[in-house]
Amino acid sequence: MSLRTENKPTSTVDVRGSTSHAREMNKFFFVKLVLMALVNAFGLFVLYSSWQVGHWGMLAAMVVLLVVVNWAYFSKRMLAAKFLVPGLVFLCVYQLFTMAYTGYVAFTNYGTGHIGTKEAAIEANLAQNEHRVEGTPAYPLAVVSSDDEQLGFAILDDGAVLVGTSDSPFQPAPEATVADGAITAVPGYEVLTFEEILQQQEEITTLRVGFGDAEQGSIRTQTGSTGFLYQPSLSYDEATGALTDTTTGVVYRDNGEGMFAADDGSTLRVGWRVPVGFDNFTRMFTDARLSGPFLQVLVWTFAFGFLSVATTFFLGLFFAIVFNHPRVRGRKVIRSLLILPYAFPGFLSGLVWAGLLNRRFGFINQVLLGGAEIPWLTDAWLARLSVIGVNLWLGFPYMFLITTGALQAISSDMYEAARLDGARVWRMFRSITLPLLMISVAPLLIASFAFNFNNFNLIYFVTEGGPNFPGSPIAVGATDILISMVYAVAIESGSTQYGLASAMSILIFLMVGLISWLGFRQTRKLEEVL
Amino acid sequence: MAVVTSATEVRGKRWWREVGWRYPVAAVAIVYAAFPIVYILSASLSDRGTLTGSNRLFAEVSTSQYEQLLATMFPTWVANTLFIGGVTAVGVVLMGGAAAYAFSRFRFAGRRQWLTGLLLVQMFPQMLAFVAIFLLLLSLRDVVPVLGLNSQVGLIAVYLGGALGTNTFLMYGFFNSVPKELDEAAKIDGAGHARVFFTIILRLAAPILAVVGLLSFVATFSDYIIAGIVLQSQDRLTVAVGLYQFISGQFDARWGIFAAGAVISAIPVLLLFLFLQRYIVGGLTSGSVKG
Repeated sequence: MSLRTENKPTSTVDVRGSTSHAREMNKFFFVKLVLMALVNAFGLFVLYSSWQVGHWGMLAAMVVLLVVVNWAYFSKRMLAAKFLVPGLVFLCVYQLFTMAYTGYVAFTNYGTGHIGTKEAAIEANLAQNEHRVEGTPAYPLAVVSSDDEQLGFAILDDGAVLVGTSDSPFQPAPEATVADGAITAVPGYEVLTFEEILQQQEEITTLRVGFGDAEQGSIRTQTGSTGFLYQPSLSYDEATGALTDTTTGVVYRDNGEGMFAADDGSTLRVGWRVPVGFDNFTRMFTDARLSGPFLQVLVWTFAFGFLSVATTFFLGLFFAIVFNHPRVRGRKVIRSLLILPYAFPGFLSGLVWAGLLNRRFGFINQVLLGGAEIPWLTDAWLARLSVIGVNLWLGFPYMFLITTGALQAISSDMYEAARLDGARVWRMFRSITLPLLMISVAPLLIASFAFNFNNFNLIYFVTEGGPNFPGSPIAVGATDILISMVYAVAIESGSTQYGLASAMSILIFLMVGLISWLGFRQTRKLEEVL
Repeated sequence: MAVVTSATEVRGKRWWREVGWRYPVAAVAIVYAAFPIVYILSASLSDRGTLTGSNRLFAEVSTSQYEQLLATMFPTWVANTLFIGGVTAVGVVLMGGAAAYAFSRFRFAGRRQWLTGLLLVQMFPQMLAFVAIFLLLLSLRDVVPVLGLNSQVGLIAVYLGGALGTNTFLMYGFFNSVPKELDEAAKIDGAGHARVFFTIILRLAAPILAVVGLLSFVATFSDYIIAGIVLQSQDRLTVAVGLYQFISGQFDARWGIFAAGAVISAIPVLLLFLFLQRYIVGGLTSGSVKG
């Protein structure tokens, strides 16, 4: 933090704090005191609860934040910091940290099957690999729900009723009612009906109720009316760090890639998170099933960004030139109507156009083209054309507005001079209008390219990235751009791959950064702004 | 007589060549710009509410789609969006304004570097880090549930993370144009920095604050990717997430209801845009992009 104010006498603001103590005791000071009390109370709550959960990273971060905030607001100096800190706190946590964290995740195998720590993976594997103990009876069973809404089982073991939940092992329940070999009532619990069991099928089939001793195994049910005794079929050896299958004798060892693997290469289902170096990055280019779609998406992203800017710019410029004539009446009305697409919320436009372009029922095919079933959104090239077309509608008003502004700034003397020299309209456009326009509009075009490069909403709402590439392991398609591919990898595909998705985000970061840097260098906007 | 006729004819031809042809172009342009909006308005007033049924514009005018829409979760989503977007907009204006004030009025060590850093951060849309945002909120849920996944306050906090990056420069430029003599006069009268900021600068900058607030609101309103991964239960969704889930997969059947929802949610934004047009155009040319 280098926010200390310099007491330069030339500074326009007196930063020595000429206000006396008495004057500070005004309402602003009390507001500040109350706000700081709230902030500190919240901070202490976070400290306490992160200590409870054992989240040390969060604890440390909160300590740092609290120190910085209190220091900034109770120090007599640090005037600039008082104004910067609130925004900076959020910026650090939700933008800088998430960017750095993206960088970290990109070098791990974080994703489905590699979520937690090694300890959690061992526990999960032990719990998931069970086998029914042979020679044990089938227990008549009832699914019950305790008073605090916890699911549990009641079983009939040699005529005695036992009841328990996932948290509390089986206990005798001598006062339970049994009719015809089925448990009908258990005091303190509610016996679920068949319909209720169906509704919670998933919870019930994964529920385990133990006997208080892990060795003894636990009761599970598939039907909701009969229970069987299951025992873990893996055993963990802490000395070697390996899991052994007790029935087959196969040994699963840590294979260094966040998985337990046997000698024959078979692995246990649950793995853990480990650093994998540049694997995620190299996979994009070398894994044959991934690199094909990835490269296509990469090329299309650039093509889409470029074409979006080019088409919208030229249409916008055309309208700007046409309507920016002093003798055209009603220019304000025309402008107000032309910016309608810009003012219409972006995500709605995408969906509206998806409806208009619908193959069988859409307005374009049905009414304008007389019932032709043109696959605007389902054929790869037509879908690409449609996306550009929809973006043209969405984007031309913005270009219209900025080029109108820039045109009005060009002095009419120049056209006068050119006309005297005998220049025709086209020549004037090429030699005067376009170059002068570019000076003020070029940075905005670069910004627009960077925006369209990541125009997730448009792609997602018009085509969802489809039509999908056949045979690709992730659901990406012909109109997917990089950001929507990241979304598909991270969220939409059956197995999520946060590591790979983050690696792709990093690539986008680099590309957007490069583009913006080139843009800024080009226009020297940096110096101007500062 | 004949001479006069040909003179007006010539004038008419010249008029047509220089100005007149621009009106048909304007008509085409306006139809192109306005048609999808007219179409969705007509679809929202149709009685059957299917995609096919919407193809005959204004064939019938009924409010049945709106009635059906109000029976869904839509009103809740609108309330959620207003809450999230409103709080975010106020937060963005206050935080961005405070930072812009600091950069505009104080001279402190590393000021240029901070400005450059902010400019750099501004290049990277927050949306790109959505995987990390998801994972961060996943861990926050265990510690501070109110900031974790499926919490609207958590979503607002995420949006506020982008507050400094997006519009500080717009306000910075504007604050620089507010004469410093004004705050100096106030200082002599005994006002502190907080008072100068809240009572002088923010008041004078009201139009630009309105634009920044509106742009922030529209950005929140249109965001799908972050809102979609943070909010999960139906009663907490925003309009963008809710409406999309509502019609995806049932495009044809629920088209009319979607159209009604689109009209209701678009009208306030459309009106605000037209109302604040002058300021927005001014803001655009100084470098902010709708997003």
